[in-house]
Amino acid sequence: MEEKNLDGGRRKFLLGATAVVGTAGVAGLATPFVGSWQPGAKALAAGAPVKIDISKLVEGEMLGPIPAWRDKPIFVIKRSPDLLERLNSRNDRLADPDSERIQQPEYAKNGTRSIKPEILVLVGLCTHLSCAPKFRPKIQPEQFDQDWIGGFFCPCHGSKFDMAGRVYAGVPAPSNLEVPPHYYEDESILVIGEDDKEKV
Amino acid sequence: MSGLQHSVKNMMNWIDARLPVTETYEKHMSKYYAPKNTNFWYLMGVLATVVLVNQLLTGIWLTMSYIPTAEGAFASIEYIMRDVNYGWMLRYMHSTGASAFFLVVYLHMFRGLMYGSYQKPRELIWILGMLIFVALMAEGFLGYLLPWGNMSFWAGQVIVSLAGAVPIVGDSLATWVRGDFNISGITLNRFFALHVVLVPMMLLVLVFLHIVALHEVGSNNPDGIDIKKNLDDKGKPLDGIPFHPYLTLGHDLPAIVAFCFLFAIVMFYFPDGGGYLIEAPNYERANPLKTPDLIAPVWYYTPFYSMLRAATFPFLGLDAKFWGLVVMGGAIVLPAVLPWLDRSKVKSIRYKGMASKSFLAIFVIAFFVLGYLGVQHPTPLKTFLAQICTAIYFAYFLLMPWYTSVEATKPVPERIPIK
Repeated sequence: MEEKNLDGGRRKFLLGATAVVGTAGVAGLATPFVGSWQPGAKALAAGAPVKIDISKLVEGEMLGPIPAWRDKPIFVIKRSPDLLERLNSRNDRLADPDSERIQQPEYAKNGTRSIKPEILVLVGLCTHLSCAPKFRPKIQPEQFDQDWIGGFFCPCHGSKFDMAGRVYAGVPAPSNLEVPPHYYEDESILVIGEDDKEKV
Repeated sequence: MSGLQHSVKNMMNWIDARLPVTETYEKHMSKYYAPKNTNFWYLMGVLATVVLVNQLLTGIWLTMSYIPTAEGAFASIEYIMRDVNYGWMLRYMHSTGASAFFLVVYLHMFRGLMYGSYQKPRELIWILGMLIFVALMAEGFLGYLLPWGNMSFWAGQVIVSLAGAVPIVGDSLATWVRGDFNISGITLNRFFALHVVLVPMMLLVLVFLHIVALHEVGSNNPDGIDIKKNLDDKGKPLDGIPFHPYLTLGHDLPAIVAFCFLFAIVMFYFPDGGGYLIEAPNYERANPLKTPDLIAPVWYYTPFYSMLRAATFPFLGLDAKFWGLVVMGGAIVLPAVLPWLDRSKVKSIRYKGMASKSFLAIFVIAFFVLGYLGVQHPTPLKTFLAQICTAIYFAYFLLMPWYTSVEATKPVPERIPIK
């Protein structure tokens, strides 16, 4: 090709236009491939709220884990007065005693992280790498903690949580256990996965 | 020349004019010169290739009976083990093959560390090898979910949750990978596609490039001497021997046979490997509500898993979970830049100084200790030990520019020494 006949401006324009249209095309083409990995309608439908009857829940015991909300295990615990009394006695050992990080709905941001003081509702997945923490409600020295006042211990990587699901400092888990959106339909029916619409 | 020979020759000429068969054969086999002093450590590459073929073949056969759904997966493994003719053997060949793959690849990589095989001009071979290693780790992880046993589920849960450690977008990223709010049949189905189609294709391409790059510059050797510097009058390396038949029949074939014997012993008599090759909780169907008492990965991931667990404190305002991801990711990626960390004038450990030898020795010990800790319950003492070993692991790489440049090295001979 003879250089003098070369229309540099035209070549530049064509190259630029091809690049721009091509990039847009690649982005458009990537959309279905990337988008198809998002949870589909079936997965979303399975995430609907669930109702749990808590009338038979005994003090100091845990109902669950129940496959409740979005296939995640849900812990429902009725804390004894003894446990509640000690709950805030060792807040110096906790990473986030006042629940500053948003791991709970606004109505559970309090000293017991719950609506009713004695009933605790948690997503039973460790905030480290999603193992299910073990329920260790007894106030007694444990292998992992000589000064144990009850709570949850994650066997996978040794994270510890108190009886309100608040994480201890110096463990791999970064934040308190999640409190799912929930409300009480009546005395014994607990709805998990949704806030109380009347109050909001 | 007889008539038959003549027609064969004509036929080869006809093909060679259209497809470079003879040229390729000579370049990569009969006229490909390898150093004459290669040893045991130089057999791992060919053994890895053998295992790769084993994994592909047995894998394809397993897909003929496996069902990639949450409802069907666990039962289809039982079906393969009990009802499919030789199904048990195909599955054990595949599961033993996974461990064998990592064993030979780790030894292969250790050879590289010992003899400086990553140094100029083999940087790209090393980097391609590291990509193979990462693809292999991904392949192993994806495949581990497929039996849908309880350890499959929880190992998948833990590793996918790692994505959640990425600041800001972490949780949406983990949901995107799973396709659900928790590990489910949707996750299983896509992991199947990735394990069976996408990653194997990537592995094959990477292995091809790894070998092409190797044949371009030629093999290193235990003395780290460049055999291409001393050529005879025909241009052949004086210290080299043709790959075929000397190394293929003299070294590789006996090694493959011996390896197959060892493989068969494990496969037939110890397919579970005492719970390290196939873990006990995996004989129970996946249960999202029941975490196994101890979530431990299969042995070949344990050193990196230990490093993940070793991060227990926040730093620079970012939480421990994020640093766990960084430490583990860094430990896997860091070796890729080895060619630029090693400032030594010599390649092989045989001519390097005491510093390099000591660092390599404690690096190997730390790696083994991390591997052991990865299958143990975390206690404060063990976590502390893991932290020390993690520091050693990183020190080996990060201090390398310093200790390789200050240490005294031995002079490297011109020619490969005759013992």
